[in-house]
Parts: sequence; C-alpha cells; structure tokens
Amino acid sequence: MRSSPNLTKLGYQPGRTSLHQLRHRVTRLFKTLIFGIFLGALGAGAAVYFVPAVDLHRERSLVAVQPNGGNLERFQINLPRDRILVGLPGVDDSIPAGLNWPGQELLGDMQAEAFIVRDANNSVVAVASRLASSSEETGPFIEWVIHFPARGTMYVQMELIPAADGFRNGVLRTGTRDFLAITGSVREQFVSEVADGDVQGRIVLEAALVAPLGEDE
Amino acid sequence: MKYFVSLLIGVVIGAGLFALGFYSNPFMSQTAISPLAVTNEQVLDLSFSAVPQEGILYTDAGDSVVLPHPKRVTKLLEPAVSDTRIFVTELQDAGGRFTGIGFKFSSRSEQTRLFKGEALANSVWHIYLPGRGTLMIDQTENYWPYIREVRIPARVSSGENWRGAFHSVMTNGPSALGTARVTGGSGLYANLESEAVESLTARGYSALQGPISMTGNLTITLPRVAAK
Repeated sequence: MRSSPNLTKLGYQPGRTSLHQLRHRVTRLFKTLIFGIFLGALGAGAAVYFVPAVDLHRERSLVAVQPNGGNLERFQINLPRDRILVGLPGVDDSIPAGLNWPGQELLGDMQAEAFIVRDANNSVVAVASRLASSSEETGPFIEWVIHFPARGTMYVQMELIPAADGFRNGVLRTGTRDFLAITGSVREQFVSEVADGDVQGRIVLEAALVAPLGEDE
Repeated sequence: MKYFVSLLIGVVIGAGLFALGFYSNPFMSQTAISPLAVTNEQVLDLSFSAVPQEGILYTDAGDSVVLPHPKRVTKLLEPAVSDTRIFVTELQDAGGRFTGIGFKFSSRSEQTRLFKGEALANSVWHIYLPGRGTLMIDQTENYWPYIREVRIPARVSSGENWRGAFHSVMTNGPSALGTARVTGGSGLYANLESEAVESLTARGYSALQGPISMTGNLTITLPRVAAK
C-alpha cells in the first residue's frame, strides 16, 4: 500500500509506523494547536492590558522655587515661528493664508491667536489660545488657555492694563489635571528686541504657582 | 518543526479570536443619552461641524488621514505636542445661526485602557460667544465607540468608507456623572461653574480622508444667574 503525501508529512511510513502511532502524533499536533490558540488569546489579552497604549513625551520641567513658597516657570513664544493662527477683525489680516475667519461682522473687535509654547530651554511643551476683546457687551477681557498635553491646562485671565514693569499681570482662573488644585498668577510680556536667528519678537509668560498645603491629619 | 508550525498557527488563531471577541464585546459601549438630559437647569446647546475641512482651522502632527486646514497651517511636529490636535470652529445655536467661536485642544490620554474599552483623550474648549462671554470646558472623551463603530468598519470595507448612523456621548469625565467641567471667564459667564456634555453624530467617514459628514454638539447647563 502506498501512503498518501499527507500521511507521510505526518510521519507515517508504511511498514514502520502503526496507525496507533500515527493517531498519537495527530493528537499531539492537535493539542499543540489548542495550546497555541490559548497562548495567543492570553498573550493578546496581556498585551492589551499591560502595554500602555499612550506614552506622552515629557520635557523636564524648569522650575525655580520662590522665596515665599510655590514655584516659578517661564515659558516663551517665538514670533512669528510659533504662531498657528491670528484672527483679527479685518479678515484680510488673518494668518495662516487661506484662513476663513468670521471677521468683525460676527465677532466684533475680538482678536484670537493660537500659539506653540516653549519652555525656557526653547523646547516645545504646550499649545495655547489667547482671546482678547474690548466689547462693552461682554466687558473687556484678555484670556489664555495653555494646554500642556502631558500635564494639564491653565485658564488664565489677564488684567487689561500692563504694569509699569512692562508685564501684564493675570490670575489662574482654573486648571485641569496637574493644575487642578493650584492657585497662582501668570504674567505676560511682549519682547520686541530678540537676538535669536529669525525670531522677530517674543511673548514671555511667567507662571507663579502655589500648590495647596496637605490636609491636616 | 511541525509542532512549532502548529503552535504558531494556534497563536495566530488565538490572537485573532481575542481581537474578534474584544471588538464585538457588547459590554464596552458608551451611552447615547446625555447625563444632562434630565437636568432642571437651563441648557445652552451649541453645534458645530466636526468635519475638519468645514471648520476654521485644523492641525495635528500630520500623520493622520485628516489633512491640515488651511493647507499652510503650522503642524504640531514636536514630540511634546505630536499627540495633540487643534480644531477651531464656528459654533451654531439650535436654529443653525452663528453663535460664537470655539478652540478645541485635544490630546491622547495616558489613562487610556483599551482592555476596558476606553480610548481616552483629554480635551479643552476655549469658547467665545459674542454678547455673552467666554468659557473653558475641560473634559475627558472616550473615542472607543467611534473607533469601533465608524473607523474600523470604514477601514475594513472594500470601498474604504463608512455610511450609517452613529451617535454617542463622547464626554466621560472628569465629573462624577461623566460630565465635563465648565468654568466661566467673562461677561454673563464670569464666575460660572457648571457642567457640559459633548456628543458626536456621524453619517459618513472615509478611511482615506477622515470625517465626511459629522456634527458635534455641546450641551452646557446654565445656572439661573448666568442664564439671564
């Protein structure tokens, strides 16, 4: 009797292998397959459970400790490189090119800007929006929302008139995640003379933040 | 050798079976009904087109199927912001009239737990409503139902697109009831502390271009003082 090619692949050799031995080999192969299925399902489950799906990049925080408590962080926006959007009442002045900004008819004199934000070492750490309006209806305002992907968001309200030292002072209205329970102030300054390659100006933001004291035991 | 091949085939089948069970798990679903549907407070409904090309501006790292809009907008290429998207859009009221403008910053969240059906994003809205004031909305969003019911079907279909009816509440925190936290800034909303929910309604999606027909909706509760 000639063995079929499939049986030969399974190790069947006429006259040397009994059908009992063949059945035993097939059973072992089948058990291996079942074990593989179990292993595959378990491995996939373990991978989904244990391997982090998101691992955000973090720059080292450059924090200075304040003498009266809290810490101080300095951020900067290099202009025009870090400008993402400028929406001005005059539609033609908007940035980037091709932006379909609603303009004065719908938004009044509101000015909107969006930026990339860097730390003191010039590494990008956040994105931000700055809205400003002198509308009588809503009352004049200048606001920042600064979004740090790995840390949280700061919602800052600025004073309308800059102080004598050139800084405009503001308060942290609220924050999210790392900034949730933080209080403090943020001040901004526009620096027009910057000796740094193609940088024509710089917005400096200084955040002085204080974490709450621990709960009494 | 044949045992190794058998084991390998088994592993592939096992991983496939797990993926199938994971994908079709009926217990991993997001509610389609807003937790604010039964609120006694007055609500502010804002809607917007969630199609990036119909908004004012959209940008990300440039590695998604959605093209930046306008074409020459700065991309978020740096490592610290490469998982972040910025979407700027007009906001409309229930009658489709222009009501304001919203900036949405959205970043993938490290709290994502795919095993629990949570593909999370931390997002904030910075909103200006002319004649009313400004708001910031802080929320975590769960994109798993959207990925499962819209994006994966679009990817596996022969035409690489999806058409149908999808509606889901995207907000699932940070507040206890799964609502977003609203903080007022100026105007009528100065000192406002409130809740909000964002939902998404999709009718068309292309695996090659991203959303084709999709609208978003923000429902914000307004305590009596702020509602006046």
